[in-house]
Amino acid sequence: MVKTGLIQTSTPDPGSDENSITRIRVVTAIGLVLLWEVVASLGTVGILYDDVVPHIWNIIIAIYEELVSSSFYRDLGITFAEHIVGFIVGSIIAIFLGIWMGTSPLLRGALEPYLNAIGSTPKIIFLPILFLMFGTGIESKMAKGSLSAFFPVVFTTTLGMVLINPVLIRVGQTFNLSKWQMITKIYMPAMVNPVITGLRLGMAITVIGVLVAELKFADGGLGYRLGIYYEQFRIAPMYAIILIIFALAAAANVGMTRLQDRVNRHMAPTTTKGKKAQASASGGLGVVATN
Amino acid sequence: MSRLHKMPVFVGLIGFFVCAVLLEFSVDAGWVMQLVVPRPSDTILAFPEVQEDMDLFGNFFVTLAMTAAATFLALLIGVPFGYFLYRNTRYGIAYEGWLAAAFAAPTVLLYPLFLVIFGRSHLTLIAMGFIPGAIPIIIQTRQGLLGVSRTLLNVGQSFNVSHRDMFWKIQLPSAVPTIFTGIRIGVMYTLVNIVAIEYLIDFGGLGRIVSEMYFRFDTPGTYASIIAVVMVSVFFYWGFGRVEKWLRPV
Repeated sequence: MVKTGLIQTSTPDPGSDENSITRIRVVTAIGLVLLWEVVASLGTVGILYDDVVPHIWNIIIAIYEELVSSSFYRDLGITFAEHIVGFIVGSIIAIFLGIWMGTSPLLRGALEPYLNAIGSTPKIIFLPILFLMFGTGIESKMAKGSLSAFFPVVFTTTLGMVLINPVLIRVGQTFNLSKWQMITKIYMPAMVNPVITGLRLGMAITVIGVLVAELKFADGGLGYRLGIYYEQFRIAPMYAIILIIFALAAAANVGMTRLQDRVNRHMAPTTTKGKKAQASASGGLGVVATN
Repeated sequence: MSRLHKMPVFVGLIGFFVCAVLLEFSVDAGWVMQLVVPRPSDTILAFPEVQEDMDLFGNFFVTLAMTAAATFLALLIGVPFGYFLYRNTRYGIAYEGWLAAAFAAPTVLLYPLFLVIFGRSHLTLIAMGFIPGAIPIIIQTRQGLLGVSRTLLNVGQSFNVSHRDMFWKIQLPSAVPTIFTGIRIGVMYTLVNIVAIEYLIDFGGLGRIVSEMYFRFDTPGTYASIIAVVMVSVFFYWGFGRVEKWLRPV
């Protein structure tokens, strides 16, 4: 126990309290499962709407059925293609624009109000424009993915450029580096971390953007599949798809976070004791990124 | 040229108007299909029509009311829960990873679940706005309280203040800027989710107007309603940014 003024907070002792934290997590998870089952049973006995909250084993069976269904992989492939193309196109444009904005205060000042305005807007409302431009096929979802990925990446890249240590820039100028050498030798190594942060956020938001677009108009993809199950009132498969999407999104996020942590460890400056300073990629809320 | 460098916002405005004029001529010349991108002048003229036809202002207040209700609910639950996680460090550590994961999760996809439970009603919108709003408020409340200066707490302790006074007079005022950051992020996410769900289920305020205009193939009206949503978002973003700046100590 640690005294924090008069307000006492129980600070865990690292060794022994690791168990109690695990216990809290396990008990909470079991409690949530039991609560879910109670609500599901209320539906079964007719107190709540039947099937609105299906039993957990029904959801597990539905997940299994999805995972062995060939049509699931077709939809997964469509969503994956839309996501990857949208993410890559949106990120590349954003990185170049971010670097340009970072090096040009005039461009930054001129574009920033408009980017902030659109960046804080729900991107889904631009879907009608994308449908008009690209049709209701896979292309409009890719465009939506690009739009979703663009904003977090452009914001973090610009910020990364602006916050580069001026000493590094002056060193480059002292050595008479060309603009290209400044970009490759000074800016890019200093920008790796913010760019990866932006890419991590962009990847998560692209998933949402693509799936939401599929929910509105599509003839394939996991969002489309989710919408179909809802319309057919097949609730257990609907939950199954939601859980699978959550798991995939979490896996992508964890992958990007680990990549960022690895880059941080690699790029972080060496301390006086020769140890690499570790900076965690996780934690904090990052920029306000909307879907 | 050097004078222009001192006025980037002015340069941005000039660029915006030049783009609008170029677009006007491109549509007139037939280089851009009018069905896809309307003339900027047509979009401006569509605002009164959208207002008359769809009650743009009235629907703005519907979206605003839904956002306010969801945010109020998120505050009501988020701040006490954040405080609980601060007081009980083990729970705070146990749940912080889950909260971060929930914040990154595509919670907007849960809307079919709420449609099944509440139907196409305002309750669905509020519930969908509440989820992404509450999570950052919980996280930032805990972070804000954890970040209260040790010196301030020691000063309170030396004056022998009670638990209640320590919370209301020292901890909460110190944590307000961080908590408000959570509220700002929460409100933006709430607004985004509510407009998104309105658009997806054709129900509610501004999101429904965008959807309806598109279904009518009223391209200028669609663009006008989209601009209205952008302006509302800007208003929220700017307004909360100002309040946050005001709350944050220099």
